[in-house]
Amino acid sequence: MSSVVSGAHADHHEHDDHGPAKGWRRWLYATNHKDIGTMYLIFSLTMFLVGGTMALIIRSELFTPGLQFVDPAFFNQMTTMHALIMVFGAVMPAFVGLANWMIPLMIGAPDMALPRMNNWSFWILPVAFGMLGSTLFMPGGAPASGWTMYPPLVLQTGDAFPFLIFSVHLMGLSSIMGAINVIVTILNMRAPDMSLLKMPMFVWTWLITAYLLIAVMPVLAGAVTMLLTDQFFGTSFFLAAGGGDPVMFQHIFWFFGHPEVYIMILPAFGVVSEIIPTFSRKPLFGHDSMVYAASSIAFLSFIVWAHHMFTVGMPLTGQMFFMFSTMLIAVPTGVKVFNWMATMWRGAMTFETPMLFSLGFVFLFTIGGFSGLMLAIAPADIQYHDSYFVVAHFHYVLVPGSIFALMAAVYYWMPKWTGHFYNESLGKLHFWLSTIFVNVTFFPMHFLGLAGMPRRIPDYSTQFADFNAIASIGAIGFGVSQLLFVYIVFQCARRKGAVATQAVWESPIGLEWTVPSPAPYHTFETPPKLSADGAFS
Amino acid sequence: MIRKLSAGTALLAATSNAFADWALNMPEGVTELSAETHQIHMVIFWWCVAIAIVVFGAMIYSLIYHRKSVGAEPAKFSHSTTAEVIWTIIPVIILLIMAVPSAELMIKLEDTRDPDMTVVATGYQWKWHYAYQGEDVAFYSNLDRASRSARQRGSGIDPNTVENYLREVDRPLVVPKGAKVRLLLTSNDVLHAWWVPELAIKKDAIPGYMNETWFKAEQAGTFRGQCAELCGMDHGYMPIVVEVLEPDEFAAWLENEKGGATAVAAAAGEQK
Repeated sequence: MSSVVSGAHADHHEHDDHGPAKGWRRWLYATNHKDIGTMYLIFSLTMFLVGGTMALIIRSELFTPGLQFVDPAFFNQMTTMHALIMVFGAVMPAFVGLANWMIPLMIGAPDMALPRMNNWSFWILPVAFGMLGSTLFMPGGAPASGWTMYPPLVLQTGDAFPFLIFSVHLMGLSSIMGAINVIVTILNMRAPDMSLLKMPMFVWTWLITAYLLIAVMPVLAGAVTMLLTDQFFGTSFFLAAGGGDPVMFQHIFWFFGHPEVYIMILPAFGVVSEIIPTFSRKPLFGHDSMVYAASSIAFLSFIVWAHHMFTVGMPLTGQMFFMFSTMLIAVPTGVKVFNWMATMWRGAMTFETPMLFSLGFVFLFTIGGFSGLMLAIAPADIQYHDSYFVVAHFHYVLVPGSIFALMAAVYYWMPKWTGHFYNESLGKLHFWLSTIFVNVTFFPMHFLGLAGMPRRIPDYSTQFADFNAIASIGAIGFGVSQLLFVYIVFQCARRKGAVATQAVWESPIGLEWTVPSPAPYHTFETPPKLSADGAFS
Repeated sequence: MIRKLSAGTALLAATSNAFADWALNMPEGVTELSAETHQIHMVIFWWCVAIAIVVFGAMIYSLIYHRKSVGAEPAKFSHSTTAEVIWTIIPVIILLIMAVPSAELMIKLEDTRDPDMTVVATGYQWKWHYAYQGEDVAFYSNLDRASRSARQRGSGIDPNTVENYLREVDRPLVVPKGAKVRLLLTSNDVLHAWWVPELAIKKDAIPGYMNETWFKAEQAGTFRGQCAELCGMDHGYMPIVVEVLEPDEFAAWLENEKGGATAVAAAAGEQK
C-alpha cells in the first residue's frame, strides 16, 4: 500500500481495469473526483503563495512611513490582486477541492455526479487566473480599484479592464459548475438510508454553500457585465453623468458580496464540526441545530448586504433595517460556537495538529465575530468603516477562520489521501508559529483603525508607525511559517511519514474512514449499507 | 483581548518614537455625538469582553480538565434543548439592549435640520474643495508642501522630521466653535469619503449625489483626518484638516476671506 494508487488498487481486489491514465492525460482529462480534488488543492496552495507574496509586498511597504519599495499605483494593484487571488483563487477552490475529495467519500458515492463538468470547472480556473495575472504586465498595470471594483474608479483601469471582467466571469462560471456538481451529487448519490439529517456537517455546510454560490455568482456576473457595457458600449448604469447611479453597483456587488463571505466560512464550519468530535471522542453537539444555524446564516446573508454601505447616505430607515438584520446574525453564529464548546465539554480531548488548528479556529474566529458584532452597530460602524479595524476584522475571520480550517482539514484527511501521516512535531510547530504570527499581524490593526488609519493607503502619518511595524513583522513571520506547511505536505505526499491505518484516528465517525488508506482510486462502487446500530459499514 | 491590550500598553512603555502615540482606542472626539459614538463603541466592546470571558473561560476549563491525558472519560450526550434555548435567548436579549441606543444615536447623526452654516465639500482626485454656502468663500485644500516633497519615493526626507506628515493641508476647513455645521458632500470624479475621527463623521462623496452630515465642535483646535474611500493612485494623499475657531475669530477670518475673494475678483477684473 506504500506505492502509488495502483498498489492500493491491487490490494482492493478490483477486477475492472480503470486505473488512472498515464502522464499528463491523467490530469488534463481527469474525471476522477480524487484527482480533480488534488488539482484543486494544489492550485489553491499555489494561489495562496502568490497572494501571500503580494501581501508581503504590501506589508513591506507599510513597515515604515514613507515610500520605500513601490509606487502608490502599484501598491493599489497589489491590494486588489491580493484580495482577488485569495478570495477566488485560494479559499474558494480549496474548499471545492475538499468537497471533491470528501463529499463522495462521506456520503458513500462512487464519484461526483457530473465528472466531465467537474473537469471543466477546474480547468477554467488556471485560465482565469493566468489572464488575471497577465494584467500585471499590461499598459496601465493590473486592476487597482480594490476587489470591490467600485465604479467610477474601476473604469479608470487601463488595458487590464476587460481582462479583469472576463476573468471574473470565468471564476463565476467555474464556481457555479462546481456548485451544481455538489448539489446534484449530494441530493442524488447518498448511500441508501442516509437521510438528509444524517449527513455529516461538512456535507451539510457544502450543500448550503453551493446554493449560495448558485444564487449570487450570477449577480456578480451581472454587475461586472454592466461595468463592461458602461466602459465600451456607451451605457450609463453606474455613471451619474449619463443618469446612472454609482451606488447601485455597491448594492448589487454586496448582494453578491455578503453571501460570498459566508461561502468562504460555511464549509470551514463544516470542517471544524467534523474534527472537534473526533478529537473530543464525543459526538457533535446539536447536529440538527447546527444545520438550522447554518441555514439561518445563509438566509440572513441575503438581507444584510448594505451594512457594507452605512456611509453612502442611505435613508435612515434603510440603515436601521440593515443594522438590525446584521445584529441577528450573531444569534445563529453564537449557536455554532456554543455547540463546538459543548462538543468539547466533558470529552476526552487530544491535541493532534488538526485539533489544534480547529481550536485556533474557534478562538480566533470568535474574536473576528466580536469585531463583527461591533461593526453591526451602525453608529460605531460609521467610524470603523474603511479603516484598519475592518481590515483586522475580515482577516481574523478569513485567516485564522477559513485558512486555519483549511489547514486543519488537510492535516485531518491527508493520511486518508496519501496513506501516510504528516510529521506531527512539524505540524504542531506550524500551528504555533501560524497562531502567534497571525495575531501579531492582525491584532494591532484594530488599534490602527480605531486611531484613524484608513485602509488601502500606501503610506501613512507617523503616528501609525509602531503598530504598522509590528504588523509587518508578524506578516513576514506568518508568510515564512507557511513554507513549513508546504514542506510538511510535500513530505506527506511523498509518503515519508508513518503508515496510516484505515481509521487513521482513534475513533473517527464517518464513511470516509471505512475505506482503506490511501483511499483507492475508485471507492464505493457498491453503496455502503446502514447497519442495525445506525452506523454505516 | 484584555491581555493583548495590556501587552500593547507594556510595549508602549518600552519604545518611544517622536510622533507615534500608540493610540489604542477610538478618540472621544470634540462633539457631543463623537462622545456618544465613543461610548456606544465602548459598551459593545465590553459586552464582547464579557461574552469572551464566559465562552473562552468555559473552553479553557474544558481544555484543561476534559483531556484524555488527565484520564477524562468522554460523556455521551449530544444535545440539550435547555442549553440551546438559553444560548439562543441570551444573545437576543443582549442584542435588544444594544439595538435601542444604537438606533437613537443613528437618528441624532442623521438629523441635519436647522444648521447654523453649510459647507459644500467636493472630492476631486486628489484634493478637497470647500464652498461656504451663502458666503462668497470657496477654496481648494491640498496636501501641504512639506509632506508632498517627503512622500516621493527616494526623496531622502525622513517622514519623521515632517510635522503632521500626510495630515497637513495648505488651506484647512475653518469653522466656528459651537455652531452646527452642515456638510454637503459630493464628488467631481470618483468616490471619496470625508473622515475626521474626532468629529465622528465619515460620509461618502459620490458623483451625482449630495450627501448630508453635520457636526458641532465643542472645542477649538485643529482636527485631522483623511479620505477614507479608495479613490485611485493618490488616495493616501488627500488629508482633511478642520480648524475650529472661537466664534469671533471665525467671523474675522470669514470677513478677511470675503475681502480676499473680492480683492482677487477685482484684480481679475482690472486685468481684463
